[in-house]
Amino acid sequence: MTCSDPDTLSGLSWLLCYLTTGKHLSLYWSVGTVLLLLAITAPVSLAFGFGGAVAARSRLPILSWPGKAYIAIVRGVPDIAFFLFFVIALDQAFEYVRHKVICPDWDQPIRQGSDFVVCQAAKLPLSTAPQWVHEVYGFAIAVLTFAIVFGAFAANVLFGAMRAVPRAQVETAEAYGMTPGQTFRRVVVPQMWIYALPGLSNLWMILVKATPLLFLLGIEDIVFWARELGGPKTPRFTDYPHGDWRMWYFLALLVFYLGLTRVSELALGRLTRRLSRGQATMGGEAQRKGTAPA
Amino acid sequence: MKIMLSSAALLAMTASGALAQDVVRLGTEGAYPPYNYLDDSGEVAGFERELGDELCERAELNCEWVTNDWDSIIPNLVSGNYDAIIAGMSITDERAEVVAFTQAYTPPSPSAYAAMSEDADLESGVIAAQTGTIQAAHVAEGGTATLLEFPNPDEAVAAAMSGEADAVLADKDFLIPVVDETEMSFVGEDIPLGGGIGMAFRQSNTELRDTFDTAIQSMKDDGTLNELITEYLGEDSPTW
Repeated sequence: MTCSDPDTLSGLSWLLCYLTTGKHLSLYWSVGTVLLLLAITAPVSLAFGFGGAVAARSRLPILSWPGKAYIAIVRGVPDIAFFLFFVIALDQAFEYVRHKVICPDWDQPIRQGSDFVVCQAAKLPLSTAPQWVHEVYGFAIAVLTFAIVFGAFAANVLFGAMRAVPRAQVETAEAYGMTPGQTFRRVVVPQMWIYALPGLSNLWMILVKATPLLFLLGIEDIVFWARELGGPKTPRFTDYPHGDWRMWYFLALLVFYLGLTRVSELALGRLTRRLSRGQATMGGEAQRKGTAPA
Repeated sequence: MKIMLSSAALLAMTASGALAQDVVRLGTEGAYPPYNYLDDSGEVAGFERELGDELCERAELNCEWVTNDWDSIIPNLVSGNYDAIIAGMSITDERAEVVAFTQAYTPPSPSAYAAMSEDADLESGVIAAQTGTIQAAHVAEGGTATLLEFPNPDEAVAAAMSGEADAVLADKDFLIPVVDETEMSFVGEDIPLGGGIGMAFRQSNTELRDTFDTAIQSMKDDGTLNELITEYLGEDSPTW
């Protein structure tokens, strides 16, 4: 079977050729991109959130104020505005710093009208870099942006979870002579996760659904390709002309996202049972009595 | 497929090593046939692909194609993520305040309405157009029709086909293949909009702009540009 002359093909062999065009391979790649983004962003957001929560509950104003400001400001700004504005600002901030370090002799202003001009050597990535470097850089910026946004929500969840650990647990730790730091590390942190989990699992689901925002960051994600491939194609511009097939492509996306959600639910369910073990919660109590559903 | 890509990237790397400053990144939308679109293998193709490659060859530059969403195509240019826009962008006064255009490489070409029915109401009906285009501005300024904006031209066409909008207003060159292949037809008079299509550069980047301007002039002088216009945009499209 050869795909060189699709006009002569029909039925299944046409479909096979159609589904293996370079464009479709890009779609399949973008599925990987989305999964990779999720896999990297989730732990990084959690780290941002943990940092934010620890800072916000600090007794030192110098820590608690930035922590609280981070949580309040990032949660308050609409995602779309954040993604459109912040990424360009972040990119320019990096280039500005590099420019100051690498090209100290530069005598022209960086802002010229609406232009942002730094010396060639300070460009990030260098304009001579191959396209994949640009793409990896764009992806890294996307991960960072997602992590900052979702980190703020995670920080709020963890902040609440830390406070939800029963006071009796903390008091007991203090009675054993633990310092506040030890109490935090040995008692609060291990116990807080079960209180944080409902909030964090919500965030995970929202993160899964937020990945189409990637396209705003210039990354060609699955929704972009579904739209591009599904749009009506006239024979002049493709060997595989077809009408408006966006419904089918979006149906495939629906199945993909529902599948991802289902897998997430199963994993989170297991995690909940695991974290409930030995906890002073209803779930933990039920497990202790052996009445919990397995 | 992947091997081909990586060897092409390797070639590009070695080539760019020789002429370090001469890599020019060309930003396009990739969703506006016949000007620019993604072909079956996902590569940028169309009138502007061939034009841009030829201009780069004449200017002896290494060019790299980058696709970017139409909405953020100008902000990403001025912020330096690529060096030029070559995306069917009509030269207008508003845009010229932010970016520097070359001379036009297509003469001002008409915009047209396409609709499913011959008696579509262009005066007070709903007109679909792509966001941030001269056509959208035209409908908004006209004031009588209701403007329905879409992020890309395909969706504007789809809206007119599904009846969500009464008609779609877009560049006639873009609509010709659409009208040929679908049940839609042109309605009303063609409207001359914009000052032709040009490449856009950062205003601080006059050197590169002048280089491409010279290359465009040389293609106009030897008639190759007219051949390209006729080949891609059709016999009826105005030439130089």
